Amino acid sequence: MSDIPQDLRFTRSHEWLRALPDGTVEIGISDHAQRALGDLVFVELPDVGRNLSVGEACAVVESVKAASDVYTPIAGAVVAVNSQLQQTPELINREPYAGGWLFRLRPTSSVQAVGLLSASEYQVLEAQG
Amino acid sequence: MPFIPHTDEDVREMLAVIGAPSIEALFDEIPASLRVQGLPEIPAGLGELEVMQLMAARARQDGRPLCFIGAGAYEHHIPAAVWSIVTRGELYSAYTPYQAEASQGTLQTIYEYQTMMASLTGMEVANASLYDGASAVAEATLMAVRANRHSKAARILLPRTLHPHYRAVTLATASNQGLRFEELAYERGTGLTSLAALEACAADEFTALVIAQPNFFGMLEDVDALTDFAHARGALVIAVVNPTSLALLKPPGEWGAKGANIVVGEGQPLGCPLSSGGPYFGFMTTRMEHVRQMPGRIVGGTIDLDGRPGFTLTLQAREQHIRRAKATSNICTNQGLLMMAGTVYMALLGAEGLERVAALSMQRTEELVGALSAIPGVRRVFGRPGFHEAVLGLDRPVAPVLAALGARDIQGGLDLLDYYPELGPALLVCATETKSAADIDTYARALSEVLRAARAA
Repeated sequence: MSDIPQDLRFTRSHEWLRALPDGTVEIGISDHAQRALGDLVFVELPDVGRNLSVGEACAVVESVKAASDVYTPIAGAVVAVNSQLQQTPELINREPYAGGWLFRLRPTSSVQAVGLLSASEYQVLEAQG
Repeated sequence: MPFIPHTDEDVREMLAVIGAPSIEALFDEIPASLRVQGLPEIPAGLGELEVMQLMAARARQDGRPLCFIGAGAYEHHIPAAVWSIVTRGELYSAYTPYQAEASQGTLQTIYEYQTMMASLTGMEVANASLYDGASAVAEATLMAVRANRHSKAARILLPRTLHPHYRAVTLATASNQGLRFEELAYERGTGLTSLAALEACAADEFTALVIAQPNFFGMLEDVDALTDFAHARGALVIAVVNPTSLALLKPPGEWGAKGANIVVGEGQPLGCPLSSGGPYFGFMTTRMEHVRQMPGRIVGGTIDLDGRPGFTLTLQAREQHIRRAKATSNICTNQGLLMMAGTVYMALLGAEGLERVAALSMQRTEELVGALSAIPGVRRVFGRPGFHEAVLGLDRPVAPVLAALGARDIQGGLDLLDYYPELGPALLVCATETKSAADIDTYARALSEVLRAARAA
Protein backbone atom coordinates (compact mmCIF):
# COMPACT_ATOMS: atom_id res chain seq x y z
CA MET A 1 0.00 0.00 0.00
CA SER A 2 1.37 3.36 -1.00
CA ASP A 3 1.70 6.59 0.92
CA ILE A 4 -1.01 8.83 -0.39
CA PRO A 5 -0.83 12.59 0.24
CA GLN A 6 -3.81 13.41 2.41
CA ASP A 7 -4.76 16.58 0.49
CA LEU A 8 -5.74 14.58 -2.59
CA ARG A 9 -9.15 13.32 -3.61
CA PHE A 10 -9.70 10.38 -5.89
CA THR A 11 -12.07 8.92 -8.44
CA ARG A 12 -12.98 5.26 -8.77
CA SER A 13 -11.29 5.36 -12.18
CA HIS A 14 -7.95 6.15 -10.47
CA GLU A 15 -7.54 9.86 -11.21
CA TRP A 16 -6.53 12.20 -8.38
CA LEU A 17 -7.35 15.88 -7.81
CA ARG A 18 -5.55 18.53 -5.82
CA ALA A 19 -7.12 21.92 -5.07
CA LEU A 20 -4.45 24.58 -5.57
CA PRO A 21 -4.35 27.88 -3.66
CA ASP A 22 -5.18 29.87 -6.81
CA GLY A 23 -8.52 28.12 -7.16
CA THR A 24 -7.45 25.77 -9.94
CA VAL A 25 -7.42 22.00 -9.65
CA GLU A 26 -4.53 19.73 -10.58
CA ILE A 27 -5.30 16.28 -11.97
CA GLY A 28 -3.17 13.17 -12.36
CA ILE A 29 -3.38 9.40 -12.13
CA SER A 30 -2.84 7.41 -8.95
CA ASP A 31 0.20 5.41 -7.96
CA HIS A 32 -1.95 2.30 -8.27
CA ALA A 33 -2.89 3.27 -11.85
CA GLN A 34 0.70 3.91 -12.93
CA ARG A 35 1.80 0.58 -11.48
CA ALA A 36 -0.99 -1.25 -13.27
CA LEU A 37 -0.04 0.39 -16.58
CA GLY A 38 3.69 -0.21 -16.28
CA ASP A 39 6.40 1.96 -17.85
CA LEU A 40 4.75 4.96 -19.46
CA VAL A 41 6.07 5.92 -22.88
CA PHE A 42 3.67 8.58 -24.09
CA VAL A 43 1.10 11.03 -22.77
CA GLU A 44 -1.47 12.89 -24.79
CA LEU A 45 -2.74 15.99 -23.02
CA PRO A 46 -5.70 18.27 -23.72
CA ASP A 47 -5.23 21.66 -25.36
CA VAL A 48 -4.99 24.61 -23.01
CA GLY A 49 -8.25 26.53 -23.16
CA ARG A 50 -10.40 23.49 -23.87
CA ASN A 51 -13.60 23.29 -21.86
CA LEU A 52 -14.18 19.89 -20.35
CA SER A 53 -17.40 18.47 -19.00
CA VAL A 54 -17.61 15.96 -16.18
CA GLY A 55 -16.49 12.48 -17.19
CA GLU A 56 -15.03 13.58 -20.52
CA ALA A 57 -12.04 11.60 -21.82
CA CYS A 58 -9.41 14.29 -22.16
CA ALA A 59 -5.97 12.66 -21.94
CA VAL A 60 -4.34 9.38 -22.86
CA VAL A 61 -1.58 7.63 -20.95
CA GLU A 62 0.25 5.00 -22.95
CA SER A 63 2.58 2.37 -21.57
CA VAL A 64 4.51 -0.34 -23.32
CA LYS A 65 1.53 -2.65 -22.92
CA ALA A 66 -1.60 -0.50 -22.80
CA ALA A 67 -3.15 2.86 -23.52
CA SER A 68 -5.78 4.29 -21.20
CA ASP A 69 -8.04 7.28 -21.33
CA VAL A 70 -8.01 9.73 -18.46
CA TYR A 71 -11.41 11.18 -17.52
CA THR A 72 -11.89 14.50 -15.84
CA PRO A 73 -13.88 14.15 -12.63
CA ILE A 74 -14.92 17.80 -12.70
CA ALA A 75 -15.92 20.28 -15.36
CA GLY A 76 -13.70 23.21 -16.19
CA ALA A 77 -11.38 24.95 -18.59
CA VAL A 78 -7.85 23.61 -19.04
CA VAL A 79 -5.45 26.29 -17.79
CA ALA A 80 -2.17 24.35 -17.91
CA VAL A 81 -0.73 21.01 -18.99
CA ASN A 82 2.41 19.32 -17.74
CA SER A 83 4.57 19.76 -20.82
CA GLN A 84 7.50 17.97 -19.14
CA LEU A 85 5.61 14.73 -19.74
CA GLN A 86 6.12 15.02 -23.51
CA GLN A 87 9.81 14.31 -23.05
CA THR A 88 9.70 12.41 -19.74
CA PRO A 89 6.45 10.50 -19.38
CA GLU A 90 8.20 8.29 -16.82
CA LEU A 91 7.70 11.15 -14.34
CA ILE A 92 4.24 9.65 -13.85
CA ASN A 93 5.85 6.38 -12.77
CA ARG A 94 8.36 8.10 -10.53
CA GLU A 95 6.24 10.82 -8.94
CA PRO A 96 2.57 10.13 -9.64
CA TYR A 97 1.41 12.67 -7.04
CA ALA A 98 3.95 15.43 -7.72
CA GLY A 99 5.96 15.91 -10.92
CA GLY A 100 3.67 13.48 -12.77
CA TRP A 101 0.56 15.71 -12.72
CA LEU A 102 -1.26 15.82 -16.07
CA PHE A 103 -3.24 19.06 -16.36
CA ARG A 104 -4.86 21.87 -14.36
CA LEU A 105 -8.46 23.02 -14.63
CA ARG A 106 -10.28 26.12 -13.57
CA PRO A 107 -13.42 24.38 -12.36
CA THR A 108 -16.83 25.55 -13.48
CA SER A 109 -18.59 23.41 -10.88
CA SER A 110 -17.88 23.13 -7.19
CA VAL A 111 -15.24 20.54 -6.44
CA GLN A 112 -17.06 19.63 -3.23
CA ALA A 113 -20.22 18.83 -5.12
CA VAL A 114 -18.99 15.71 -6.84
CA GLY A 115 -18.68 12.29 -5.24
CA LEU A 116 -14.94 11.94 -4.81
CA LEU A 117 -13.04 9.67 -2.48
CA SER A 118 -10.77 10.84 0.30
CA ALA A 119 -7.24 9.50 0.42
CA SER A 120 -8.16 6.90 3.03
CA GLU A 121 -11.29 5.84 1.15
CA TYR A 122 -9.24 5.42 -2.00
CA GLN A 123 -6.69 3.41 -0.07
CA VAL A 124 -9.43 0.95 0.83
CA LEU A 125 -10.44 0.70 -2.84
CA GLU A 126 -6.82 0.24 -3.83
CA ALA A 127 -6.38 -2.53 -1.27
CA GLN A 128 -9.36 -4.34 -2.78
CA GLY A 129 -7.41 -4.32 -6.02
CA MET B 1 -7.99 -34.73 -44.91
CA PRO B 2 -9.45 -31.71 -43.15
CA PHE B 3 -6.87 -29.33 -41.66
CA ILE B 4 -8.63 -29.18 -38.32
CA PRO B 5 -6.60 -30.33 -35.33
CA HIS B 6 -9.57 -31.33 -33.14
CA THR B 7 -10.64 -34.97 -33.11
CA ASP B 8 -14.33 -35.84 -32.77
CA GLU B 9 -13.58 -36.74 -29.19
CA ASP B 10 -11.95 -33.33 -28.52
CA VAL B 11 -15.05 -31.64 -29.87
CA ARG B 12 -17.41 -33.78 -27.75
CA GLU B 13 -15.34 -33.04 -24.66
CA MET B 14 -15.32 -29.27 -25.24
CA LEU B 15 -19.06 -29.23 -25.92
CA ALA B 16 -19.65 -31.15 -22.69
CA VAL B 17 -17.60 -28.64 -20.71
CA ILE B 18 -19.55 -25.65 -21.97
CA GLY B 19 -22.84 -27.53 -21.87
CA ALA B 20 -23.76 -27.22 -25.54
CA PRO B 21 -25.39 -30.17 -27.29
CA SER B 22 -23.67 -29.59 -30.67
CA ILE B 23 -21.55 -27.08 -32.62
CA GLU B 24 -24.68 -26.21 -34.62
CA ALA B 25 -26.37 -25.19 -31.35
CA LEU B 26 -23.72 -22.50 -30.81
CA PHE B 27 -25.19 -20.63 -33.78
CA ASP B 28 -28.78 -20.85 -32.57
CA GLU B 29 -29.11 -17.09 -32.20
CA ILE B 30 -28.77 -16.63 -35.96
CA PRO B 31 -32.31 -17.05 -37.35
CA ALA B 32 -32.68 -19.93 -39.79
CA SER B 33 -33.96 -17.53 -42.44
CA LEU B 34 -30.59 -15.76 -42.48
CA ARG B 35 -28.54 -18.92 -42.90
CA VAL B 36 -27.23 -20.06 -46.23
CA GLN B 37 -28.68 -23.45 -47.11
CA GLY B 38 -25.93 -24.88 -49.29
CA LEU B 39 -24.17 -23.08 -52.14
CA PRO B 40 -25.80 -24.39 -55.34
CA GLU B 41 -23.86 -21.95 -57.55
CA ILE B 42 -20.54 -23.32 -56.37
CA PRO B 43 -19.48 -26.29 -58.51
CA ALA B 44 -18.06 -29.51 -57.11
CA GLY B 45 -14.33 -29.65 -56.44
CA LEU B 46 -11.86 -30.21 -59.28
CA GLY B 47 -8.57 -32.02 -59.38
CA GLU B 48 -5.31 -30.11 -59.77
CA LEU B 49 -4.96 -30.94 -63.48
CA GLU B 50 -8.50 -29.78 -64.22
CA VAL B 51 -7.95 -26.54 -62.28
CA MET B 52 -4.74 -25.85 -64.21
CA GLN B 53 -6.53 -26.43 -67.51
CA LEU B 54 -9.45 -24.23 -66.50
CA MET B 55 -7.23 -21.37 -65.35
CA ALA B 56 -5.03 -21.61 -68.44
CA ALA B 57 -8.15 -21.31 -70.61
CA ARG B 58 -9.31 -18.28 -68.60
CA ALA B 59 -5.87 -16.66 -68.87
CA ARG B 60 -5.92 -17.12 -72.66
CA GLN B 61 -9.09 -15.00 -72.79
CA ASP B 62 -7.04 -12.06 -71.46
CA GLY B 63 -4.53 -12.41 -74.28
CA ARG B 64 -1.34 -10.39 -74.19
CA PRO B 65 -2.50 -7.03 -75.50
CA LEU B 66 -0.11 -4.13 -75.93
CA CYS B 67 -1.21 -2.05 -72.94
CA PHE B 68 -1.14 1.76 -72.82
CA ILE B 69 -3.50 2.09 -69.85
CA GLY B 70 -2.10 3.51 -66.64
CA ALA B 71 -4.67 5.28 -64.47
CA GLY B 72 -3.35 3.99 -61.16
CA ALA B 73 -1.84 0.61 -62.17
CA TYR B 74 1.35 0.55 -64.21
CA GLU B 75 3.07 -2.11 -66.25
CA HIS B 76 6.74 -2.13 -65.32
CA HIS B 77 9.42 -4.70 -65.90
CA ILE B 78 9.71 -6.91 -62.83
CA PRO B 79 13.09 -8.64 -62.52
CA ALA B 80 12.58 -12.43 -62.39
CA ALA B 81 14.40 -12.55 -59.07
CA VAL B 82 11.61 -10.58 -57.35
CA TRP B 83 8.93 -13.26 -57.37
CA SER B 84 11.43 -16.07 -57.21
CA ILE B 85 12.57 -14.66 -53.85
CA VAL B 86 9.11 -13.69 -52.62
CA THR B 87 7.64 -17.13 -53.28
CA ARG B 88 10.28 -18.92 -51.21
CA GLY B 89 8.67 -20.92 -48.43
CA GLU B 90 10.15 -18.73 -45.70
CA LEU B 91 8.56 -15.59 -47.09
CA TYR B 92 5.45 -16.77 -48.89
CA SER B 93 2.76 -15.42 -46.57
CA ALA B 94 0.55 -12.36 -46.54
CA TYR B 95 0.58 -11.94 -42.77
CA THR B 96 2.92 -11.17 -39.97
CA PRO B 97 2.67 -14.33 -37.87
CA TYR B 98 0.66 -14.16 -34.64
CA GLN B 99 3.81 -14.55 -32.61
CA ALA B 100 5.46 -11.92 -34.74
CA GLU B 101 8.84 -11.80 -33.03
CA ALA B 102 9.40 -15.51 -33.74
CA SER B 103 9.67 -14.57 -37.43
CA GLN B 104 12.67 -12.29 -37.42
CA GLY B 105 13.13 -12.63 -41.20
CA THR B 106 9.62 -11.34 -41.91
CA LEU B 107 10.04 -8.49 -39.46
CA GLN B 108 13.42 -7.55 -40.90
CA THR B 109 11.93 -7.39 -44.40
CA ILE B 110 9.16 -5.11 -43.16
CA TYR B 111 11.74 -2.97 -41.37
CA GLU B 112 13.75 -2.64 -44.59
CA TYR B 113 10.54 -1.80 -46.47
CA GLN B 114 9.67 0.93 -43.96
CA THR B 115 13.16 2.36 -44.19
CA MET B 116 13.05 2.49 -47.99
CA MET B 117 9.57 4.05 -48.12
CA ALA B 118 10.49 6.67 -45.52
CA SER B 119 13.61 7.50 -47.49
CA LEU B 120 11.80 7.60 -50.85
CA THR B 121 9.11 9.96 -49.54
CA GLY B 122 11.40 12.10 -47.37
CA MET B 123 9.53 11.18 -44.18
CA GLU B 124 10.65 9.83 -40.81
CA VAL B 125 8.50 6.75 -40.33
CA ALA B 126 6.45 4.31 -42.42
CA ASN B 127 3.89 1.69 -41.50
CA ALA B 128 4.05 -1.91 -42.71
CA SER B 129 1.64 -1.19 -45.63
CA LEU B 130 -2.10 -0.75 -46.19
CA TYR B 131 -4.61 -2.39 -48.54
CA ASP B 132 -4.08 -0.21 -51.60
CA GLY B 133 -3.64 3.37 -52.73
CA ALA B 134 -7.34 4.21 -52.42
CA SER B 135 -7.75 2.94 -48.86
CA ALA B 136 -4.45 4.59 -47.94
CA VAL B 137 -5.91 7.99 -48.91
CA ALA B 138 -9.03 7.27 -46.85
CA GLU B 139 -6.90 6.29 -43.84
CA ALA B 140 -4.76 9.39 -44.30
CA THR B 141 -7.79 11.69 -44.12
CA LEU B 142 -8.97 10.01 -40.89
CA MET B 143 -5.44 10.26 -39.52
CA ALA B 144 -5.21 13.95 -40.41
CA VAL B 145 -8.35 14.68 -38.41
CA ARG B 146 -6.84 12.93 -35.38
CA ALA B 147 -3.46 14.58 -35.85
CA ASN B 148 -4.57 18.16 -36.50
CA ARG B 149 -5.69 19.13 -33.04
CA HIS B 150 -5.97 22.79 -33.96
CA SER B 151 -8.72 22.12 -36.44
CA LYS B 152 -12.16 21.17 -35.20
CA ALA B 153 -13.75 21.24 -38.64
CA ALA B 154 -12.91 17.68 -39.81
CA ARG B 155 -13.07 19.18 -43.28
CA ILE B 156 -10.83 17.81 -46.03
CA LEU B 157 -10.16 19.40 -49.42
CA LEU B 158 -9.94 16.75 -52.13
CA PRO B 159 -8.77 17.81 -55.58
CA ARG B 160 -10.76 16.64 -58.57
CA THR B 161 -7.39 15.75 -60.09
CA LEU B 162 -7.05 12.95 -57.51
CA HIS B 163 -7.76 9.45 -58.91
CA PRO B 164 -11.59 9.18 -59.13
CA HIS B 165 -11.56 5.74 -57.47
CA TYR B 166 -9.48 7.10 -54.58
CA ARG B 167 -12.03 9.88 -54.12
CA ALA B 168 -14.90 7.39 -54.16
CA VAL B 169 -13.25 5.04 -51.67
CA THR B 170 -12.30 7.92 -49.38
CA LEU B 171 -15.85 9.26 -49.36
CA ALA B 172 -17.28 5.79 -48.76
CA THR B 173 -14.85 5.12 -45.91
CA ALA B 174 -14.66 8.43 -44.11
CA SER B 175 -17.80 10.45 -44.79
CA ASN B 176 -19.79 8.33 -42.34
CA GLN B 177 -17.17 8.96 -39.68
CA GLY B 178 -17.92 12.66 -39.38
CA LEU B 179 -15.54 13.94 -42.05
CA ARG B 180 -16.67 16.44 -44.66
CA PHE B 181 -15.09 16.57 -48.09
CA GLU B 182 -14.93 19.41 -50.57
CA GLU B 183 -13.92 18.86 -54.15
CA LEU B 184 -11.32 21.27 -55.53
CA ALA B 185 -11.79 22.12 -59.20
CA TYR B 186 -8.91 22.15 -61.66
CA GLU B 187 -8.00 24.66 -64.33
CA ARG B 188 -9.22 23.55 -67.72
CA GLY B 189 -6.18 24.94 -69.49
CA THR B 190 -3.48 23.27 -67.40
CA GLY B 191 -5.13 20.27 -65.72
CA LEU B 192 -3.78 21.55 -62.42
CA THR B 193 -5.61 22.25 -59.18
CA SER B 194 -7.04 25.75 -59.42
CA LEU B 195 -5.63 28.19 -56.89
CA ALA B 196 -8.81 30.25 -57.21
CA ALA B 197 -10.90 27.19 -56.30
CA LEU B 198 -8.56 26.54 -53.41
CA GLU B 199 -8.87 30.12 -52.12
CA ALA B 200 -12.65 29.86 -52.29
CA CYS B 201 -12.76 26.52 -50.45
CA ALA B 202 -10.24 27.70 -47.88
CA ALA B 203 -12.39 30.64 -46.82
CA ASP B 204 -13.72 28.29 -44.11
CA GLU B 205 -11.48 26.34 -41.78
CA PHE B 206 -10.16 23.08 -43.21
CA THR B 207 -8.23 20.26 -41.58
CA ALA B 208 -6.15 18.94 -44.41
CA LEU B 209 -5.45 19.42 -48.09
CA VAL B 210 -4.88 16.40 -50.29
CA ILE B 211 -2.34 16.89 -53.10
CA ALA B 212 -1.90 14.31 -55.86
CA GLN B 213 1.55 14.35 -57.50
CA PRO B 214 1.57 13.52 -60.34
CA ASN B 215 -2.18 14.06 -60.55
CA PHE B 216 -4.59 11.71 -62.34
CA PHE B 217 -3.88 13.45 -65.65
CA GLY B 218 -0.15 12.83 -65.20
CA MET B 219 0.41 16.54 -64.64
CA LEU B 220 2.76 17.98 -62.02
CA GLU B 221 1.07 20.20 -59.46
CA ASP B 222 2.76 23.23 -57.90
CA VAL B 223 3.26 21.26 -54.71
CA ASP B 224 5.37 23.90 -52.95
CA ALA B 225 2.72 26.60 -53.28
CA LEU B 226 -0.12 24.23 -52.34
CA THR B 227 1.75 22.93 -49.29
CA ASP B 228 2.63 26.38 -48.01
CA PHE B 229 -0.93 27.55 -48.62
CA ALA B 230 -2.34 24.77 -46.44
CA HIS B 231 0.24 25.14 -43.68
CA ALA B 232 -0.29 28.90 -43.51
CA ARG B 233 -3.93 28.16 -42.64
CA GLY B 234 -3.17 25.58 -39.96
CA ALA B 235 -4.07 22.61 -42.17
CA LEU B 236 -2.08 19.44 -42.73
CA VAL B 237 -0.93 18.25 -46.15
CA ILE B 238 -1.61 14.72 -47.39
CA ALA B 239 0.56 13.84 -50.37
CA VAL B 240 -0.69 11.13 -52.74
CA VAL B 241 2.27 10.07 -54.85
CA ASN B 242 3.45 7.52 -57.37
CA PRO B 243 6.50 5.80 -55.84
CA THR B 244 8.32 5.43 -59.16
CA SER B 245 8.02 9.16 -59.83
CA LEU B 246 9.79 9.94 -56.55
CA ALA B 247 13.05 8.74 -58.06
CA LEU B 248 12.91 11.97 -60.11
CA LEU B 249 10.60 14.35 -58.30
CA LYS B 250 11.14 16.22 -55.05
CA PRO B 251 10.06 13.98 -52.14
CA PRO B 252 6.94 15.19 -50.29
CA GLY B 253 9.03 15.70 -47.16
CA GLU B 254 10.61 18.66 -48.99
CA TRP B 255 7.46 20.22 -50.42
CA GLY B 256 7.19 23.91 -49.54
CA ALA B 257 8.81 25.35 -46.45
CA LYS B 258 7.82 22.55 -44.08
CA GLY B 259 7.05 19.49 -46.22
CA ALA B 260 3.95 17.31 -46.36
CA ASN B 261 2.64 15.75 -43.13
CA ILE B 262 1.35 12.41 -44.41
CA VAL B 263 2.38 10.62 -47.60
CA VAL B 264 0.36 7.79 -49.14
CA GLY B 265 0.12 6.01 -52.45
CA GLU B 266 -0.27 2.83 -54.42
CA GLY B 267 2.69 0.49 -54.15
CA GLN B 268 1.82 -1.61 -57.22
CA PRO B 269 4.44 -0.03 -59.51
CA LEU B 270 7.06 -1.53 -57.19
CA GLY B 271 7.25 -5.14 -58.29
CA CYS B 272 3.57 -6.09 -58.41
CA PRO B 273 2.22 -7.36 -61.74
CA LEU B 274 -0.99 -5.99 -63.25
CA SER B 275 -3.57 -8.52 -62.17
CA SER B 276 -7.20 -7.58 -62.84
CA GLY B 277 -6.98 -4.75 -60.32
CA GLY B 278 -5.08 -6.44 -57.53
CA PRO B 279 -4.04 -7.49 -55.01
CA TYR B 280 -1.73 -4.50 -54.74
CA PHE B 281 -0.52 -2.66 -51.62
CA GLY B 282 -0.85 0.83 -50.19
CA PHE B 283 1.91 2.70 -48.42
CA MET B 284 1.89 5.42 -45.78
CA THR B 285 4.69 7.46 -44.27
CA THR B 286 4.67 10.42 -41.91
CA ARG B 287 6.65 12.49 -39.43
CA MET B 288 7.45 11.27 -35.93
CA GLU B 289 5.22 13.97 -34.45
CA HIS B 290 2.18 12.25 -36.00
CA VAL B 291 3.27 8.63 -35.50
CA ARG B 292 0.76 7.84 -32.76
CA GLN B 293 -2.07 8.79 -35.07
CA MET B 294 -0.81 6.56 -37.88
CA PRO B 295 -2.80 3.38 -38.58
CA GLY B 296 -1.21 0.03 -39.30
CA ARG B 297 1.58 -2.01 -37.86
CA ILE B 298 5.13 -0.74 -37.36
CA VAL B 299 8.27 -2.84 -36.99
CA GLY B 300 11.06 -1.37 -34.91
CA GLY B 301 14.70 -2.29 -34.40
CA THR B 302 15.73 -3.31 -30.89
CA ILE B 303 18.21 -5.44 -28.96
CA ASP B 304 17.41 -8.67 -27.13
CA LEU B 305 18.39 -9.68 -23.59
CA ASP B 306 21.81 -10.76 -24.81
CA GLY B 307 22.42 -7.46 -26.55
CA ARG B 308 21.92 -8.85 -30.06
CA PRO B 309 20.09 -6.72 -32.63
CA GLY B 310 16.59 -7.84 -33.52
CA PHE B 311 13.19 -6.64 -34.68
CA THR B 312 9.88 -6.23 -32.91
CA LEU B 313 6.41 -4.84 -33.50
CA THR B 314 6.31 -1.44 -31.87
CA LEU B 315 3.84 1.28 -30.86
CA GLN B 316 1.17 -1.38 -30.57
CA ALA B 317 -0.83 0.67 -28.07
CA ARG B 318 -2.36 2.39 -31.16
CA GLU B 319 -3.69 -0.89 -32.46
CA GLN B 320 -7.01 -2.64 -32.18
CA HIS B 321 -5.90 -5.49 -29.94
CA ILE B 322 -4.95 -2.95 -27.26
CA ARG B 323 -6.82 0.26 -27.98
CA ARG B 324 -10.08 -1.52 -28.95
CA ALA B 325 -12.70 0.92 -30.21
CA LYS B 326 -10.25 3.83 -30.04
CA ALA B 327 -7.59 2.17 -32.19
CA THR B 328 -6.21 4.27 -35.04
CA SER B 329 -7.69 1.70 -37.48
CA ASN B 330 -8.17 -2.03 -37.88
CA ILE B 331 -5.49 -2.32 -40.54
CA CYS B 332 -3.09 -5.25 -40.18
CA THR B 333 -0.59 -6.59 -42.69
CA ASN B 334 -2.89 -8.27 -45.20
CA GLN B 335 -0.80 -7.05 -48.10
CA GLY B 336 2.44 -8.32 -46.62
CA LEU B 337 3.26 -10.49 -49.63
CA LEU B 338 2.93 -7.60 -52.07
CA MET B 339 4.87 -5.36 -49.70
CA MET B 340 7.58 -8.02 -49.70
CA ALA B 341 7.67 -7.93 -53.51
CA GLY B 342 7.99 -4.14 -53.37
CA THR B 343 10.88 -4.43 -50.94
CA VAL B 344 12.77 -6.93 -53.08
CA TYR B 345 12.06 -4.85 -56.19
CA MET B 346 13.45 -1.68 -54.61
CA ALA B 347 16.45 -3.54 -53.21
CA LEU B 348 17.28 -5.02 -56.63
CA LEU B 349 16.87 -1.77 -58.57
CA GLY B 350 18.41 0.56 -56.05
CA ALA B 351 17.95 4.31 -56.24
CA GLU B 352 19.73 4.49 -59.58
CA GLY B 353 17.68 1.71 -61.15
CA LEU B 354 14.41 3.27 -60.01
CA GLU B 355 15.55 6.59 -61.44
CA ARG B 356 16.22 4.92 -64.81
CA VAL B 357 12.73 3.35 -64.77
CA ALA B 358 11.16 6.73 -64.00
CA ALA B 359 13.18 8.66 -66.58
CA LEU B 360 12.60 6.10 -69.31
CA SER B 361 8.85 5.98 -68.58
CA MET B 362 8.65 9.74 -68.80
CA GLN B 363 10.60 9.75 -72.06
CA ARG B 364 8.46 6.97 -73.58
CA THR B 365 5.28 8.83 -72.66
CA GLU B 366 6.58 11.98 -74.37
CA GLU B 367 7.40 9.93 -77.47
CA LEU B 368 3.94 8.35 -77.36
CA VAL B 369 2.16 11.67 -76.96
CA GLY B 370 4.30 13.15 -79.74
CA ALA B 371 3.46 10.30 -82.12
CA LEU B 372 -0.26 10.21 -81.30
CA SER B 373 -0.90 13.96 -81.29
CA ALA B 374 0.65 14.18 -84.77
CA ILE B 375 -2.37 12.18 -86.02
CA PRO B 376 -5.24 14.32 -87.39
CA GLY B 377 -8.08 14.45 -84.88
CA VAL B 378 -5.81 13.87 -81.88
CA ARG B 379 -4.48 16.64 -79.65
CA ARG B 380 -2.76 16.97 -76.33
CA VAL B 381 -5.29 18.46 -73.89
CA PHE B 382 -2.97 19.97 -71.29
CA GLY B 383 0.06 21.81 -72.53
CA ARG B 384 3.23 20.83 -70.80
CA PRO B 385 4.71 17.40 -70.19
CA GLY B 386 3.88 15.60 -66.95
CA PHE B 387 5.17 12.33 -65.56
CA HIS B 388 4.31 9.13 -67.45
CA GLU B 389 0.69 9.84 -68.42
CA ALA B 390 -1.13 12.38 -70.55
CA VAL B 391 -4.66 13.26 -71.65
CA LEU B 392 -5.39 13.22 -75.37
CA GLY B 393 -8.49 14.81 -76.89
CA LEU B 394 -10.14 13.02 -79.83
CA ASP B 395 -12.47 14.48 -82.45
CA ARG B 396 -15.02 11.70 -81.87
CA PRO B 397 -16.28 9.47 -79.03
CA VAL B 398 -13.50 7.45 -77.46
CA ALA B 399 -15.25 4.14 -76.73
CA PRO B 400 -15.62 2.94 -80.37
CA VAL B 401 -12.01 3.92 -81.05
CA LEU B 402 -10.79 1.90 -78.07
CA ALA B 403 -12.94 -1.04 -79.19
CA ALA B 404 -11.38 -0.93 -82.66
CA LEU B 405 -7.89 -0.78 -81.14
CA GLY B 406 -8.81 -3.66 -78.83
CA ALA B 407 -9.67 -5.74 -81.89
CA ARG B 408 -6.05 -5.15 -82.94
CA ASP B 409 -4.83 -6.33 -79.53
CA ILE B 410 -4.01 -2.83 -78.33
CA GLN B 411 -5.32 -1.42 -75.04
CA GLY B 412 -5.27 2.21 -76.09
CA GLY B 413 -5.85 3.93 -72.75
CA LEU B 414 -8.66 4.92 -70.41
CA ASP B 415 -11.79 6.64 -71.71
CA LEU B 416 -12.33 9.61 -69.36
CA LEU B 417 -15.99 10.11 -70.29
CA ASP B 418 -17.43 8.60 -67.11
CA TYR B 419 -14.94 10.35 -64.82
CA TYR B 420 -14.41 13.75 -66.47
CA PRO B 421 -17.29 14.33 -68.90
CA GLU B 422 -16.39 18.03 -68.95
CA LEU B 423 -13.30 17.19 -71.03
CA GLY B 424 -15.33 15.93 -73.97
CA PRO B 425 -13.91 12.89 -75.82
CA ALA B 426 -10.69 12.36 -73.86
CA LEU B 427 -8.29 9.48 -73.47
CA LEU B 428 -5.73 8.96 -70.69
CA VAL B 429 -2.61 7.22 -72.03
CA CYS B 430 0.53 5.93 -70.39
CA ALA B 431 3.82 4.46 -71.57
CA THR B 432 6.38 2.98 -69.23
CA GLU B 433 9.86 1.60 -69.88
CA THR B 434 8.15 -1.60 -71.11
CA LYS B 435 7.07 0.13 -74.34
CA SER B 436 9.64 0.17 -77.13
CA ALA B 437 9.81 2.65 -80.00
CA ALA B 438 8.32 -0.12 -82.17
CA ASP B 439 5.38 -0.55 -79.75
CA ILE B 440 4.69 3.18 -79.87
CA ASP B 441 4.87 3.10 -83.64
CA THR B 442 2.44 0.14 -83.72
CA TYR B 443 -0.04 2.10 -81.59
CA ALA B 444 0.32 5.29 -83.66
CA ARG B 445 -0.26 3.45 -86.96
CA ALA B 446 -3.25 1.58 -85.55
CA LEU B 447 -4.85 4.74 -84.15
CA SER B 448 -4.26 6.59 -87.37
CA GLU B 449 -5.97 3.82 -89.35
CA VAL B 450 -8.85 3.47 -86.91
CA LEU B 451 -9.55 7.21 -87.01
CA ARG B 452 -9.27 7.33 -90.80
CA ALA B 453 -11.70 4.41 -91.10
CA ALA B 454 -14.09 6.09 -88.66
CA ARG B 455 -13.98 9.33 -90.63
CA ALA B 456 -14.65 7.49 -93.88
CA ALA B 457 -17.59 5.58 -92.39
